[in-house]
Amino acid sequence: MRRIPLFSMRNLRLAVLSAGALLFLAPYIWMISTAAKSREEIFSSSLTLLPQHWALWENLAKAFSRVPMGQLLLNGLIVCALIFFFQVVIAIPCAYAMAKLKFRAAQTMMTLVMLGLLIPIHATALPIYVALNKVGMLNSYFALSAPFFISVFGIFLFLQFFRAMPDDLIAAARLDGMSELAIVNRVIVPNAWPAVTAFAIFSVVAHWNDLFWPLIVITGTERATPPLGLLFFRAAEAGDDYGALMAATLIITLPLVAAFLLAQRRFIEGITLTGLKG
Amino acid sequence: MREIATTSLLPDNRSVARQAAIRAAKREERVAWQLAAPAITLIIVLILLPTLAVFIFSLTNYELGYDDFQFIGLDNYIELFGDRTFLISLKNTAIYTAIVTPFSVFIGLGVALLIEGETRGRAFFRTVYFLPVASLLVAMATVFQYLLHPTIGPVNAMLSMVGIAGPNWLGSSSTVLLSLAIIGIWQSVSFNMVLFLAGLTAIPRDLYAAAEVDGAKSSWERFRLVTWPMLGPTTLFVTTISVINAVKVFETVKTLTEGGPNKSSEVLLWTIYQEGFVFLRVGYASAMTVIFLAFLIVLMLVQYRVLDKRVHYT
Repeated sequence: MRRIPLFSMRNLRLAVLSAGALLFLAPYIWMISTAAKSREEIFSSSLTLLPQHWALWENLAKAFSRVPMGQLLLNGLIVCALIFFFQVVIAIPCAYAMAKLKFRAAQTMMTLVMLGLLIPIHATALPIYVALNKVGMLNSYFALSAPFFISVFGIFLFLQFFRAMPDDLIAAARLDGMSELAIVNRVIVPNAWPAVTAFAIFSVVAHWNDLFWPLIVITGTERATPPLGLLFFRAAEAGDDYGALMAATLIITLPLVAAFLLAQRRFIEGITLTGLKG
Repeated sequence: MREIATTSLLPDNRSVARQAAIRAAKREERVAWQLAAPAITLIIVLILLPTLAVFIFSLTNYELGYDDFQFIGLDNYIELFGDRTFLISLKNTAIYTAIVTPFSVFIGLGVALLIEGETRGRAFFRTVYFLPVASLLVAMATVFQYLLHPTIGPVNAMLSMVGIAGPNWLGSSSTVLLSLAIIGIWQSVSFNMVLFLAGLTAIPRDLYAAAEVDGAKSSWERFRLVTWPMLGPTTLFVTTISVINAVKVFETVKTLTEGGPNKSSEVLLWTIYQEGFVFLRVGYASAMTVIFLAFLIVLMLVQYRVLDKRVHYT
């Protein structure tokens, strides 16, 4: 075996990677450290990571008492689940029709999908807000989720996936006398799990983290999603109780980060697959 | 000859079969429409009509709360280009994008290359560098606010240890855009790194072997001759995505600065949000949205064009 000198390219590379990793981890390290510190300590010694007097429970308790933290997390969960459910139920049959059936409108649909990919929620927000306001539906789960029930990106992703599926599978199901809807439910969906999980990760990450739309349609805490709730919390705290604030950020960041750490491979695959949507 | 003979023998069967085929095709077409109908309806209701409505609103003086409104032609657009806030907002968005895009693309590429080439702890590094994508930006922005706090923040505490008086990062108009850009870079390096890693895995190994045979001995030569050209489409895509995401900067501005101090972090989406959803001037905000949408469409068109022309190697 060849000995690696201490200052080789390889070790340099490892050193650079480690230094960068430390820089990337720094915000998380300080988030946890500050969440565990008391108010006095935060103001006196900002460079000590380990608190002399543990105040994690006090800070967490403050975070839970000033805003309905449980309600926020539940709202986030409900909204993400609603959005994902409708997106999949609407996108999969459409993608199947475009990929596997004799469908003369498929080409036009493709144009619609590409056009839809260009238009973000920021562009359609005003008219949708005006309409929701007119029918008195603001401040509801419906207002939070309905604009996202259609995901043209989802259609696009499933379309690519279905095109690669063998036609024999579908032909065999038809010979068995299955209807097209049954084929979608019992042949296509079970075989499309990789695409469904990739899309689920993309969709949940996007909507759990979104601030723009909830900020527009929600005014109170009872329907607020986690990012919006954090804003309310900051306003209530006048922004200077960093211990409680960091405890709140910790609680709100934890669910997705934990999910990511548990299912890293799937997460990275999902984001890669969905990232390459150009 | 034989073909004609058999077909003329079975004229009835053939037309029956053909009619059955036509019927089956018609049925299939109908089923396809049924399966696609919900999606088509929602694309029209939630994407096409609202986009059309934005264009129409932008030609009116519509304000939420007042029922009647008039068409005022291009007055909103004319007002826009004399509006100091909007012009500042355009300028700031451009500066922010010009800082974030190059740094996040090149650091993202650098990190991906380092991780790809390093066998020790590859999974660990990938996890660490990917963390920002899975983290709530509003929450992480709050953490950055603490890190960059002028008096109690660790960043300035470290700077003062080496004798530098740190600036009031988010509170001073000369450093606020830079501070927001640092947060933006931190987040998009992470996303770009994953995309570059995927691009790197797709490069066939034998290309490197071939380059080595041809005399590309140093790793820089191998990067210049194989990796960089093969990554062309990925790099272009990552750059476009980075520009688009930078133009859409909103979360950090809302959480940390609300456009301040003194409009020095006023960015496009923040201005639109203020006009449309706080001051409720729907017509005027729609005109801004049309400009915003035009930017996005031009960016995508540029990407398609370049992708078609230049960067195809496979």
